[in-house]
Amino acid sequence: MITVDLGYERTVLYFGGFVSGGSLMEYFLQQLINGITLGSIYGLIAIGYTMVYGIIGMINFAHGDIFMVSSFIALIVITALGLTVSTGLGLTILALILVLVTSMVIASVFGWTTERLAYRPLRGSFRLAPLITAIGISIVLQNYIQITQGARVKPLQPLIENGYTLMTRADGFTVQLSNMQILIITVTIILMTIFSLIIAKTSLGRAQRACEQDRKMASLLGINVDRTISMTFVMGAALAAVAGLMFLLYYGVIDFFIGFVAGVKAFTAAVLGGIGSLPGAMLGGLVIGLIETFWSAYFSIEYKDVAAFSMLAIVLIFLPQGLLGKPEVEKV
Amino acid sequence: MTDTANGAPRPGRHLDFGKVAKDLVVTALIATAIFGSTIAFRTVSAAGGLRLEVRYDIAFYVIAAVIVGRLLLWLFFWSKPAGTSAVEVPAGIKSGMAKVSAKVGKGFGPTMLIFALVFPFLPFTDRYLLDLSILILTYVMLGWGLNIVVGLAGLLDLGYVAFYAIGAYSYALLAQYFGFSFWMCLPLAGILAAFWGIILGFPVLRLRGDYLAIVTLAFGEIIRIVLLNWYQFTGGPDGLSGIPRPSFFGLPFTRREGGFSDFFGLDYSSFHRIVFMYFLILALALLTNFVTNRLRRLPIGRAWEALREDEIACRSLGLNTASVKLTAFAIGGMFAGFAGSFFATRQGFISPESFTFIESALILAIVVLGGMGSQVGVVIASIAMIGGFEIFREAEQFRMLIFGLAMVVIMIWRPRGLISTRIPSIFLREKKAVSADMVAQGEGH
Repeated sequence: MITVDLGYERTVLYFGGFVSGGSLMEYFLQQLINGITLGSIYGLIAIGYTMVYGIIGMINFAHGDIFMVSSFIALIVITALGLTVSTGLGLTILALILVLVTSMVIASVFGWTTERLAYRPLRGSFRLAPLITAIGISIVLQNYIQITQGARVKPLQPLIENGYTLMTRADGFTVQLSNMQILIITVTIILMTIFSLIIAKTSLGRAQRACEQDRKMASLLGINVDRTISMTFVMGAALAAVAGLMFLLYYGVIDFFIGFVAGVKAFTAAVLGGIGSLPGAMLGGLVIGLIETFWSAYFSIEYKDVAAFSMLAIVLIFLPQGLLGKPEVEKV
Repeated sequence: MTDTANGAPRPGRHLDFGKVAKDLVVTALIATAIFGSTIAFRTVSAAGGLRLEVRYDIAFYVIAAVIVGRLLLWLFFWSKPAGTSAVEVPAGIKSGMAKVSAKVGKGFGPTMLIFALVFPFLPFTDRYLLDLSILILTYVMLGWGLNIVVGLAGLLDLGYVAFYAIGAYSYALLAQYFGFSFWMCLPLAGILAAFWGIILGFPVLRLRGDYLAIVTLAFGEIIRIVLLNWYQFTGGPDGLSGIPRPSFFGLPFTRREGGFSDFFGLDYSSFHRIVFMYFLILALALLTNFVTNRLRRLPIGRAWEALREDEIACRSLGLNTASVKLTAFAIGGMFAGFAGSFFATRQGFISPESFTFIESALILAIVVLGGMGSQVGVVIASIAMIGGFEIFREAEQFRMLIFGLAMVVIMIWRPRGLISTRIPSIFLREKKAVSADMVAQGEGH
């Protein structure tokens, strides 16, 4: 097994796959790996959208910006700890766990506060009102970070290098799986399992599912609906923070605007997978990540967003409830 | 920031000090987490990577300000028993105020119109004010156009700026490739934008509410990305420049012979063109308003409003919801197309940067803040938003931050917009305003 340096990838890999010639099996496999990695990040963000939409039926437009804020917090903590590539792998992973926990906690506070200040006063109001405040919060967060952290792109030197070469073609093209990609996919699987268990087994998860089905009935049965909704926002923000750290480590560049594009695509993923469904969000994230990567690899990198958005429209037209969603029954 | 703040059992006139202290501690912790993390530390590029810049003092002031603000809220707003407002208003004055505001509301439209007509000739009007009012009028027009889609038909459109962009690019490209004049392009731009409205409307006919919102958002982004990347045709990020200015019935606004000032025997002044632009956008905006108001009385307008209130009922009464939705998209798009070609001719330069999502959000915010479906509300909201934007021009960095905060605060203060009552379009004997809580507006399905 040969380890290779994948540092050069970072320059090309900004929200896309990496582009190079060839259209054979190996190239396809490489794009598949890249797409799954990107899809994991989208999936983690999409869960926040899908849970909030499932429970209170609003698009939390600011969710993408919580993701952006969390990646900045992660960058601050990494810089404060003085992590570099020369730090040993074991120490790096320990430090990253610390970074992850810190940014999850702070992002949760951000998520909780936005819900408390901007969405809860409007609960029971007409439907567009919280959407407008959500757009307002999104603008506030973007500009707040722009003012406090600067408008320039923040680069981060790669912390985890190396990887495995899975295949080598005759002309020298290699299929690589970097340690970073392994880390992202593993962390995503672990966190997905934990959160699915929370939803399925704990009393909080039961309360969330009850609120999703019928909020009034749930409150009559003694569930604190406000707290359940707050916890939903906290969980969504925590997962967005995971995605934020992964994005930062994988691409190595962040700025105050990454939240918008990532947010729209993650929402697309949530809708694609069937809104309200957790596995659906993850599946949708993977599909969007794969579409985007393959489109950039085989067609044009400029139009990858067009491909993702068109996919959304096509799915909604032919499969309005999404891939794993339950069909909605219209009641009079 | 705890549940006690908004919960049912509010404290009596006397403050419960234990509760307040606990609340303030929680506030302090939250503020520390939010501002302590992002204000106190800032990453800056340094040799060999990033360096951390520390600004504890600013973070400390911000956190202190939040805690003091929270304490003041407790002292002055939340120390009263539930149900009583901070200042008691006697019922007599209340109903009197309602009457006065109703009267004012009736006279407001015509007064504004007369003011708008004489505005360019007022002594204090200078070029800056005129430019600003042209901008405000552009947003009034866009707001009225979007009001057809969102306010009347109840279709939530987050990609309205796409039609604005189509209008602007149609004029710029037609002028560039075929040398068409502004007056020829204006209707063409409107038709093209309406056509795109149908193209967008067709696939999303089956979608409701937020799904529709997200697909329209995606559509807006697609249009922008195409404009950005189709370099040979649209100039890509460089945009299109040298877009011809409009003429006054064939008289160009130039110093040369045969120009506007020469024909009317006036001294040449660049002010003429600005005044002409002002009246042009005023006329276009009034056209939008007039058409909307007339359409509301036609069967199609009634169908829009019925669709907004209840789509299932509409279908069971035999309305063709597909064509009703398509006309809403087409007509709303058409007015955005007009506004877009006006924008192109006013700026003389357009690029995809002018048509970002934030523009759509701004127009939607104007419509919703104004009170959906209310024409006067759109005017008030445009003046407040664009005017407010100008006031904070000095604080350039903080402008968008304040704008976002204002959006949130106004929405919480008046969730149904500034003008929340609604004049019914059909009534029995007497026309009565419908109060805000009686209308199920903007359900978006």
